[in-house]
Amino acid sequence: MRSAAPAALSVLSPAEAMEISAIASQIIPSGESPGAREAGVIYFIDRALATFDEDKRALYTNGLEEAERKRAELFPGSKTIAELPADQQVRLLEAIENTEFFEQVRTHCVMGFFGNPGYGGNRGLAGWKLIGFEDRFHFEPPFGYYDRPGGTQGKP
Amino acid sequence: MKQYPPSEEVDFLIIGAGAAGGIMAKELSAAGFSVVVLEQGPYLREKDFEHDEIKYTMLSGMTNNLRRQPHTYRKSEAVRAAVPGQKVIQYGRQVGGGTVHFTANYWRLWESDFRQKSKWGGVAGASLADWPITYADLEPYYTKAEEELGVSGLAGANPFEAWRSKPYPLPPLPVKSSGVIFERATRQLGLHPFPAPMAILSQPYRGRGACVHCGFCEGFGCEVRAKSSTLGTVIPVAERTGRCEIRPDSYTRKIEAGADGRIRGAVYFDATRREVFQRAKAVVVCANGSETPRLLLMSKSSRFPQGLANSSGLVGKHLMVDCGFEAYGVFEHPLNEFKSVQTTRVIHDFYEPDPKRGFHGGGGIDARFDFYPISFALSGLPKDAPRWGREWKKMVGQYFARTLTLLAHATCLPQERNSITLDPDTKDAWGLPAMRVTFDYHPDDVSNMKFLLARQVEILEATEAQKIWTDTTDVSLLPHNHLLGTCRMGDDPKTSVVDRYHRAHDVPNLYLVDGSSLVTACCQPTCTIQALAYRAAEHIAGQARKAAIRP
Repeated sequence: MRSAAPAALSVLSPAEAMEISAIASQIIPSGESPGAREAGVIYFIDRALATFDEDKRALYTNGLEEAERKRAELFPGSKTIAELPADQQVRLLEAIENTEFFEQVRTHCVMGFFGNPGYGGNRGLAGWKLIGFEDRFHFEPPFGYYDRPGGTQGKP
Repeated sequence: MKQYPPSEEVDFLIIGAGAAGGIMAKELSAAGFSVVVLEQGPYLREKDFEHDEIKYTMLSGMTNNLRRQPHTYRKSEAVRAAVPGQKVIQYGRQVGGGTVHFTANYWRLWESDFRQKSKWGGVAGASLADWPITYADLEPYYTKAEEELGVSGLAGANPFEAWRSKPYPLPPLPVKSSGVIFERATRQLGLHPFPAPMAILSQPYRGRGACVHCGFCEGFGCEVRAKSSTLGTVIPVAERTGRCEIRPDSYTRKIEAGADGRIRGAVYFDATRREVFQRAKAVVVCANGSETPRLLLMSKSSRFPQGLANSSGLVGKHLMVDCGFEAYGVFEHPLNEFKSVQTTRVIHDFYEPDPKRGFHGGGGIDARFDFYPISFALSGLPKDAPRWGREWKKMVGQYFARTLTLLAHATCLPQERNSITLDPDTKDAWGLPAMRVTFDYHPDDVSNMKFLLARQVEILEATEAQKIWTDTTDVSLLPHNHLLGTCRMGDDPKTSVVDRYHRAHDVPNLYLVDGSSLVTACCQPTCTIQALAYRAAEHIAGQARKAAIRP
């Protein structure tokens, strides 16, 4: 089992991390339940770029530059994605959602939110609690509602 | 474990320690022969396996990795092949091979599968052929595979199943919510659901414990040895004979033939990428339907200029893969399909081709859920659902535990144009030519998948599903795990690569035993691959005893 992620970032600069975090927080927003921010998804992404997805660093650097250009174009006078109001962050992501960069960040967010917490994300099992998944070594039947003895088993 | 110096001429050198290789190793070593097994992947044990979707599913932790072993893909010879964004070909790459990570569906073929050409005639554009053997020839070995490895199921529950000499050694695994819903709906439609035959233990068996229903079967190694992989069953038996050495991290690059046309052994890269030559009296290639033809094509020499065992020109041709679309339903209450084995109920009502449908093909349908949290969040929701943001997050939360899939396991017609060849440009990390995959469906395959999808939807419509949706993504671009037909078996050396006992027509001491031997594609091949391996091993051991291997 891997140790939990360090609080420090090893690949992303603090400024980059702020921006990626802001994007991640719109992909998996916080609210009634924890989102990307509380689950530490940014630490997962940093670790991925430091290890198994090292070859995706350029995609992040270039993609973020492109996203910043888009931000400046859509919202003149704005300085960072992180400082945009939430509705403008959503509009920015809608404008870039078909790019390879966005698809990669989305994939990393999902991996960091729903993956094994040993990789630094999914803190407090936020992702697994959201979907009702339990990582156990042993289950016994009944597994769900419809295989319970006497449970409702379809149309009468 | 016994170790042999490469300079020692062993009786059998087996290349590939997977579904067939593990059985060959056990049978030949138990019969008294010296055996070395070269496996390109590592030797992982139960203690090495984890519940880790990132490691295994996202990072190819136990399958071929495109970054180190790229393959290229093209739909036809008319276009240039390129390295795809995700794998088109996927195979288990460790001791135990695909049986370590497979879902463990364990279906026998039907009697008619062996007589497709005689029964249905030709299909335009396809190379449909009869097998040189019949179901009756293979039945004792199906029974042996089920007994030795440990398979759970209920004999007679499938009214269409071929005759069997013995029942399954273990009762079926407990039904899941998807199975209950599927069973009720299919019965209502007059169909015949039955418990899925699985190579997973429902009860303790021969020193191994029963399934604990943790849910990590498909794409994962079993941590409690309840999955009947060759790693957990026959390979330890082979090692205990004291005559079998399993040599992991050994990537074969060429099978060497002498001037007399007989095999002398094989050259492989060891873990440090040093080239080693292992001498052997006979070689058995069990490297799967993609790596076996690639290795034969890489083994060309002045004696075999078209590649080894390839006088027919058919090595690598007739590639067949797993086909089938998916249909989904979401229900009011939790199914919790992430628990236990992936599938518990199947129908074979549409398995047999029917000329009235207007195309050739058929298949089974099972109720299942083969998503894990990441894969579901990435691609499990209906196609019209949002892909990120507040509403997406809410839907993933609501759908994950309440969704099931109906998957079709459809036939795939053999076509000479679909092939494994060597890519002229792309190399792997060892400098070897990458495999080039040329594949596109026969029009009947597509008609069949659409026909089955309509049946899947009808079944879902007979349930209380709140919403039903389908996925008709071009499945030729998805990772295929069933790699079949590329060194087909037959009596005629002009139209086949191996004979009815898997001996290469062109080379007296070379055998090819794996999915490449299959003449037609069944829906679930592992059971047949392993039965063929038991049958081949018995014959090869008999021949070797008579010294026919090396006169």
